[in-house]
Amino acid sequence: MAQEDKENIIDQPEVLRHKMVTVEIAGKKYDVPEGITIIKALWYSGQEVVRGAGCLGGFCGACAAYYRTKDDPKVRTCLACQMAVQDGMSITMMPPFPARKATYDIRTLKDPKQDLFNLYPEAPLCRNCNACTEACPQKIDVREGVWKAVFGDFKSVSEMFMDCVMCGMCTPVCIADIAPNLVALYVSRAQGAHFTEKPVGLDIRIKEIEDGRFNDEWTKLLKMNEKELADHCATVK
Amino acid sequence: MDIHALQQIVHQTRDARRKQTLLKLSPADRDQLIHQYHPDFRESAFRPLRFGPNVGDKTAIELATLLEGDSSVTDGFDLTPDYTTDVLVVGGGGAGCAAALHAHAAGAKVMLATKLRLGDSNSVMAQGGMQISVAPEDSPVTHFVDTLKGGHMQNDHQLLKVMVEEGPSIAKWLLSLGVLFDRDGDGNLHVKKGGGSSKPRLLTCSDYTGLEIMRVLKDEVLNQNIQLLEFCAAVELTSDENGHCTGAIFKDLDNHRDVVVAAKSVILATGGIGRLHIQGFPTSNHYGATGDGLCLSYRLGAKLVHIDTFQYHPSGAVYPEQLIGALVTEGIRSEGGHLVNAKGERFVNELDTRDVVSASIIRECEEGRGIRTMSGRVGVWLDTPLLDAAQGPGTMEKHFPAMMLQFERFNIDISKDPVLIFPTLHYQNGGVKIDTNSETNVRNLFVAGEASGGLHGRNRLMGNSLLDLMVFGKRSGLTAAARAASMPQGKLTVGHLKGFRAEAKKHGSASGVVSPMILPAYTRKE
Repeated sequence: MAQEDKENIIDQPEVLRHKMVTVEIAGKKYDVPEGITIIKALWYSGQEVVRGAGCLGGFCGACAAYYRTKDDPKVRTCLACQMAVQDGMSITMMPPFPARKATYDIRTLKDPKQDLFNLYPEAPLCRNCNACTEACPQKIDVREGVWKAVFGDFKSVSEMFMDCVMCGMCTPVCIADIAPNLVALYVSRAQGAHFTEKPVGLDIRIKEIEDGRFNDEWTKLLKMNEKELADHCATVK
Repeated sequence: MDIHALQQIVHQTRDARRKQTLLKLSPADRDQLIHQYHPDFRESAFRPLRFGPNVGDKTAIELATLLEGDSSVTDGFDLTPDYTTDVLVVGGGGAGCAAALHAHAAGAKVMLATKLRLGDSNSVMAQGGMQISVAPEDSPVTHFVDTLKGGHMQNDHQLLKVMVEEGPSIAKWLLSLGVLFDRDGDGNLHVKKGGGSSKPRLLTCSDYTGLEIMRVLKDEVLNQNIQLLEFCAAVELTSDENGHCTGAIFKDLDNHRDVVVAAKSVILATGGIGRLHIQGFPTSNHYGATGDGLCLSYRLGAKLVHIDTFQYHPSGAVYPEQLIGALVTEGIRSEGGHLVNAKGERFVNELDTRDVVSASIIRECEEGRGIRTMSGRVGVWLDTPLLDAAQGPGTMEKHFPAMMLQFERFNIDISKDPVLIFPTLHYQNGGVKIDTNSETNVRNLFVAGEASGGLHGRNRLMGNSLLDLMVFGKRSGLTAAARAASMPQGKLTVGHLKGFRAEAKKHGSASGVVSPMILPAYTRKE
């Protein structure tokens, strides 16, 4: 068994070396272990993290961050819980950005495609700079999505933005003051609420439950003693 | 060895494995396996509670310490309310949002408080889907039976019946809000098969089901102008002279001020306990999953149930280091992905219940058939490339974009290379005992979602959590709202702490632990 164990070990020299790297967090230099995530680097360097950490799984968008690698002028974006640090990296967390969110009652919209222009009048003012697409850590073609929204192709937008974690990193870069993630959220919800087929089977099932179609089965089941119930459950495969 | 060299055996054995059928275990074999290998049965990791509503009941040591912990609120605390509301919801995940929306829609004045941002939760990470019996060949009764089997027959029947019967109307509500569930060609809701279920019943939004639902619910909470209190952590509940719940005390994590909220009802939707790292396990849970609601309820006298059972999701990532504990969705096994040991063998029916699959992975690793990493971890392979092999190239990318992207960030293509996984602390099966309106034995104290217990028995079935959140979020919200109209605001005291502290003293609890924990102590101090 010991022999077998030895054979089945993945090489991870980086784990054994414990190499430290120097990173700059919000303008201050810290030595942290190479390869840990940015969030872990924050903890390692002694910072109390309240804002800037959420699900820690790359889904909630709380940890939007900017970073630049050594000698590269390009400032990039990432989710700090999903990005490993490397030597010479400069990092800062994105502050909450005061984007305007329109409010609406999605269910009572009369003409959602036209309403887009009332709710987000800035949406058609995109100047095609593509900064939003470059800023997206989820690799969504954000600019294309904004145009599709404006042209009424809500279905495509809803599919393109399924990956959107609402980190909002597309917003501060927009020279037309569009909040593309909020536009896409409105469009996706409108697509779901107004332009998607109603599932007939669901209504049938709801009616069946209301009409008591399963009542006899319930009565029988809930009257069973422990043993009978266990036996019955065993028959359901 | 190089990871690719170790992975060869998975590629080499794939075709042979695809011809194999592994049966699910019989109830007796299942029990034996779980007793031998599941972390819930490691006696030394548990201890009985020494006082409080669950005195004598066993729970994980990490949780016991917090449940018996002291409150940060001291005598003479100024309980003048900063806010007054009908319904106070604590927690900004799925259950919290659902509770707030339904209470608001029913006409109540609602406030939603959360220690992180609105929506930062476990709900947002739910990938597998939501179990609702919408298919013609399925029924709520079958959903009930499957869940009961998964929960080792320990589920509260009344709670479970309510959940499965209200499922379809919940789907309709979410659709009306614009949630984009996957569809079949005929426009009906597409259903996938989940572990432990006899019928395909999982509604999905690709592998972003939780994210999609949460995007919509968060947006709706903002659209309805529900009052928010973000970055405010609940540190104590208040009670009147009858011990009924009357509000809560918060600590604003930005300016460290105390915030007192008077409420006719409080709904705790505070989620789970993964960040307690029970038995040292990594976790798939969000940053704030520290069991705060359990501590608050317990001090106020609410009874807990099934607090000795936790769910270890079978497939937490073990490699690369950055993703340790992160979830590899069960959806991959639902679509036929195999679990493979170091010898290239399958060892369990991958769609057996989570406790069975986790226990079998632990068995393989303990018996030397695991694959080790140099950081001292061990795991087995999840054969992700099998999906493209079986269903055509591009299947992984199309069905699991979130998963693909997560590994791609570390230069791993999981459609070509298998993933190393080991069970990760995922869910608290039990929690605060509730009735079918989601109310605890403490009047006007409701608990919804993962913080509550009873519904899932001793093992939650995949896809039942999202439904739990929506159903009991709704029921708590509606009940609290209906009651608000006809009742006065009770007095705000912390009288319940007196008795709790006396009990603690009697049992020599001077550990100095203050609960709730609020956030895990990951910050390096030296």
